[in-house]
Amino acid sequence: MGKLTIVRKVVCVAAVEVPPDEQAFLEYVQSGGQVETTDWMPDDYRAKLIKFIEMHGNSELMGVLPEREWILKAPTLQRKLALTAKVQDEVGHSQLIYRVAEDLGKPREQMLADLISGKAKFHNVFHYPTYTWGDVGVIAWLVDAAAIISQKALLKCSYAPYARIMKKICWEESFHILHGRDVILAMVTGTPEQFGLVQEALDRWWGPLMQFHGNPIPAGEDPMYKWRIKSQGNEEARQQFLDGYVPQILELGLELHDPKLRKRDDGVWEYTEPDWDELKHVVTGHGPKTQERLAFRKHFLDQEQWVRDVVLAA
Amino acid sequence: MNEWEVFRRERKGQPFEHAGSVVAPDADFAEAWAREQYGRRGESVALWLVPRDQIRDVEDWADEFDLKYRRVDGYSIKARLKLARENASAVAEGGA
Amino acid sequence: MTGVGSTEPEKSELPASPAGRSANKAQEQQLLAIADDELFLGWRESEWTGIAPMLEEDVAFSSIAQNEIGHARAIYQLIVGEDGDADALAFDRPLDEYRCAPFVELHLLDWAHTIARRWLYETADQIRLAALKDDSDPAVAGLAAKIDREEMYHRMHAEMWHDRLKDEPRFTAAVEELWPYALGVLPPKLRGELVQRVGLAEAEAVERGAHTDDLAPMWEEMTEVRRSAPAGTQW
Repeated sequence: MGKLTIVRKVVCVAAVEVPPDEQAFLEYVQSGGQVETTDWMPDDYRAKLIKFIEMHGNSELMGVLPEREWILKAPTLQRKLALTAKVQDEVGHSQLIYRVAEDLGKPREQMLADLISGKAKFHNVFHYPTYTWGDVGVIAWLVDAAAIISQKALLKCSYAPYARIMKKICWEESFHILHGRDVILAMVTGTPEQFGLVQEALDRWWGPLMQFHGNPIPAGEDPMYKWRIKSQGNEEARQQFLDGYVPQILELGLELHDPKLRKRDDGVWEYTEPDWDELKHVVTGHGPKTQERLAFRKHFLDQEQWVRDVVLAA
Repeated sequence: MNEWEVFRRERKGQPFEHAGSVVAPDADFAEAWAREQYGRRGESVALWLVPRDQIRDVEDWADEFDLKYRRVDGYSIKARLKLARENASAVAEGGA
Repeated sequence: MTGVGSTEPEKSELPASPAGRSANKAQEQQLLAIADDELFLGWRESEWTGIAPMLEEDVAFSSIAQNEIGHARAIYQLIVGEDGDADALAFDRPLDEYRCAPFVELHLLDWAHTIARRWLYETADQIRLAALKDDSDPAVAGLAAKIDREEMYHRMHAEMWHDRLKDEPRFTAAVEELWPYALGVLPPKLRGELVQRVGLAEAEAVERGAHTDDLAPMWEEMTEVRRSAPAGTQW
């Protein structure tokens, strides 16, 4: 029986051999250098990297839950298929992301256990309830838009395996935004009640959306930026979101009720300072739906443990 | 762990490229799962699945002696080309 | 293929089909039965998106659910004709006009029963599709062939799970429990083949006709958003 043996050659292009020295590593990544799984990394880099990647994987997995409910209520066959495919993509993303973290040394079971116990975190937006089909549109369009901005900034991550999966993730997210926008457009051009559902959902989601990219940490103080895990600061991401999406929201006749929201002459968006305490409170496990969703996840993980035991047994 | 590496060919004429990995107990599960993770949007025309422990990793070479002649940067023709051109045009002027 | 419909008189509330298929009410009822099976099974299976036992299976299983709904949609469209409203046929009937087998109505939110149903259903569906591929109507035969080609991957998936779990008590118990329902998916004359393939003794089938208590809550959830607006609202 033939056995396929693949030889992977790593070609050193510019005689780059990063010595096990934190300063040299820092200079290397700050000048655009990337590292692979087996390269030497400072302990701090490795720890921050795993935590960041883990939170991302957790977020994709938890993001499934608010939307999943609406899969079962989709009002047409096309919306049913599109929404199921979108949520399927999120699960697929968590698989890609967890695999990267696993290859860095943290087992999947441990990540899931830390998620359930609250030791590991996930993004703020997935701690909030959904109430109507309007939420479905707003989440697919605007929450995914906010996420794609962060994800595009990760395409240049200094840790190459993570940067590589972002390509597939960003490609799939672009379908989600199309779907979300289509759902929104159908409703804003539908009945007045449907328009109202979108406006009402937007009113509820605007606060979490403004908090999504995190509080503005100066680039010099942001370890994620220092290690070039992220290539963009939090405020830069938020500005990009506002610049891209406020005009798109307003042109549909929807309203944004922040009296301070405006674009200055120098191109910078001003807005009412988001409630950073609320953000911290939510991501540390106190969001309106946090415990219920974690319990839901735990229920199925426990119930189906036997399947993993039987199927994945060596 | 049962990692299976997935290589995908995007379309005919393209080489197989490493796409990622799935954790699966055998080739049938690896196939069923890789098909959907790397093909449900029609983004691949073919996949290769290989258990990770079947891959031989090669990552180091000796480069002790300066074997520049094997590399593109080992030749520096600019200076001599300039001289040759100068010589040729001097000869041409001289002969006119 | 016979014996699929109930003994109630045919209701004429189905949307008229310009393609003239309404002339063959019996076949329309048979096709509707298959479409309704695929719709509700796909709907049930889509519920696993996000909570399947492993992430890799979650992605694969969701594709299967989507495919089933795609099949339902194609059959509904065939029935109502090119310009007809497949969504209306899928969602807007009174409960007693749905022709699905009780098997697909059951709410089985544990993996042993879910995968047992998957395996049993795929086996029955293959037998049913084989007969349909020989249909005298080329549109029907053609659609059956298309569905069958996609089902090939479902069968590979189901066999893979069956192979891994066939000695697992939870799985075998679930298969035995669901067996009478599985028999009810097929008309009596095709059940013998199912008995052979599955390897269980012939049993009394849970027939089509009467719906289980699980259908109404599922249909209400399915149509909750749709019913919140007037008929014809765009979504």
